[in-house]
Amino acid sequence: MKKTYKIDVDCANCANKMEEAAKKTAGVKDATVNFMTLKMNVEFEDGAEPKEVMQTVRKNCKKVEDDCEIYL
Amino acid sequence: MNKKQKKMLFRILLAAALMVILSLLPVKGYARFGLFMIPYLIIGYDILKKAGKGILNRQVFDENFLMAVATVGAILLGEYTEGVAVMLFYQIGELFQSYAVGKSRRNISELMDIRPDYANVERDGKLEKVDPDEVAVGDIIVVQPGEKIPIDGQITEGSTTLNTSALTGESLPREAGVGDAVISGCINMNGLIHVRTTREFGESTASKILELVENSSSRKSRSENFITKFARYYTPAVCYGALLLAFAPPVIRLCLHMSPDWADWIMRALTFLVISCPCALVISIPLSFFAGIGGASNAGILVKGSNYLETLAQTNCVVFDKTGTMTQGVFEVTGIHHNTLPEEKLLEYAACAECHSSHPISKSLQKAYGKAIDAARVSDVQEISGNGVIAKVDGHEVAAGNAKLMSRIGAEMQECHSVGTLVHVAVDGAYAGHIVISDVLKPHAKDAIKALKAANVSRAVMLTGDMRAVAEQTAQELGITEVYSELLPADKVTQVERLLSENKKGKLAFVGDGINDAPVLSRADIGIAMGALGSDAAIEAADIVLMDDDPMKIAKAIRIARKCIRIVYENIYFAIGVKVLCLILGALGIANMWLAIFADVGVMVIAVINAIRALYVKKL
Repeated sequence: MKKTYKIDVDCANCANKMEEAAKKTAGVKDATVNFMTLKMNVEFEDGAEPKEVMQTVRKNCKKVEDDCEIYL
Repeated sequence: MNKKQKKMLFRILLAAALMVILSLLPVKGYARFGLFMIPYLIIGYDILKKAGKGILNRQVFDENFLMAVATVGAILLGEYTEGVAVMLFYQIGELFQSYAVGKSRRNISELMDIRPDYANVERDGKLEKVDPDEVAVGDIIVVQPGEKIPIDGQITEGSTTLNTSALTGESLPREAGVGDAVISGCINMNGLIHVRTTREFGESTASKILELVENSSSRKSRSENFITKFARYYTPAVCYGALLLAFAPPVIRLCLHMSPDWADWIMRALTFLVISCPCALVISIPLSFFAGIGGASNAGILVKGSNYLETLAQTNCVVFDKTGTMTQGVFEVTGIHHNTLPEEKLLEYAACAECHSSHPISKSLQKAYGKAIDAARVSDVQEISGNGVIAKVDGHEVAAGNAKLMSRIGAEMQECHSVGTLVHVAVDGAYAGHIVISDVLKPHAKDAIKALKAANVSRAVMLTGDMRAVAEQTAQELGITEVYSELLPADKVTQVERLLSENKKGKLAFVGDGINDAPVLSRADIGIAMGALGSDAAIEAADIVLMDDDPMKIAKAIRIARKCIRIVYENIYFAIGVKVLCLILGALGIANMWLAIFADVGVMVIAVINAIRALYVKKL
């Protein structure tokens, strides 16, 4: 399953870091962050619950880039 | 500017004013240090905080860390003004970057301003505005003059002129009346129309296009991946380099019984750190691609990803489909020969005789005749399958059809040298001439081939399922020397595969109208579908979609891609070049902190301005 989330982040490098962090989160098959449109596309693994996974994704992103937000 | 940016601007101005005043004050010692901490903390508290958190989260080597170490180091060495200035200029650079990105983001979304906000639905005789998502397929929506058509559909009432420029880049308005299909995103210019929706909002053209453009920069190009990788190794490498620069030379000097010059070497290392910040690359490369894709979509060229822009720029061989791509795919009367009657009379007889048929050929006869046909003039119609039609028109027996029909009724017919489909006509048993019907070239087809050659596309090949004679004539008119005819869809794939294996140097693009070209579109290095508005299969299969069916857009797309890639390389070489140069100068002790600030902020500003140029594609 694929879902798109609106994000807020200030720099392109931070967006790359968020992408890395999201990709490493359990339950996430693949993730891309588009800095230009401020969107995060997340592909979930089968059986993963997007809502719970996204909470972890958000936490992991905050860890690598303090000044970011994912609107869930 | 948004709130965050305004706050930053205020901090910058305040810190800058304080810094200038303080540097003029004759205070010395700890008092000077204390005073300088005020502007330093005003401008840099968030950077220090982020750097601290980064260390706690084991994300050490980022630009916050670089800036924090460089400025704290400078202050510890007593270079207060430099310390504050580095932080100040770094923040100015960040502010500029966020402003420039925000502005181009807005620019591009304005260019793609096709998102409909509401749909009008008639309920109890009154118009009601509803969310387009709520409209079901088959509902009737009302579009008033000046409004955007929110959902794809068919006009059931009214007629109007449509402005399709936001979708196709074509400024000429299009007429539409009852029964015509309309697509979302067009602007209704003057008439009130009722539209029966044929799709859901999410499946409508406007939504599809927006989704495509918005997701396009997710498919990253090689240059973008290069930069991401580069930044990953670069920052730690520079940090260790700086560490080495700070401690190795003084230690060596100590061993050689020279004075170690600690302060000098540490200052050089700090300068090194400031120069090294990779922001210019990390921001300007994706921004260039984003601007290039945005500019292209404004010209009616949808690019599905940055990687395709990169491939398109390397294209040196373009393979075309004929029908529907270079020709209009509709048949038209192109000549009347050997006629014993006046041309109009012959056409009138043929059109009347064929008036009950819905075959494309009879349609084109009727179109060429141009007037409404009074069916009462026509009687005793006999359709002879595979031959043609015999009918009584105004009391004369008219036979219209192919050579077999002529020999069947015993009329002596004349062969023709023109290429196309022939309709022979005999009136009362005597041969009266023939009408040539053929597919016509698109108005810009010839120029399009010329434009491609001017854009250094060395090989143009035409593939078609059509007959050899027709194909060769079309190719000659277009100025294409290589043509393969009488191909089945599977043969087209084989031909493209062969051309791909021959074409080692550049990339191969295939241009088709998308209807049955899906396999070839996906097999080529880059698939370009044209006139694809409303054709889902083509939008799916192609990498680049031309919204209208003007073949001139092929060359334009290549030029846009080349400009964008040129800008990307300019930025890569410029940013890395200046940085490496400054890093060397810094290590040698020639570059001071001020040059370092230019190498960081100045380079970034120039690269961003250069990146935004990719947005302007009008004159290409």
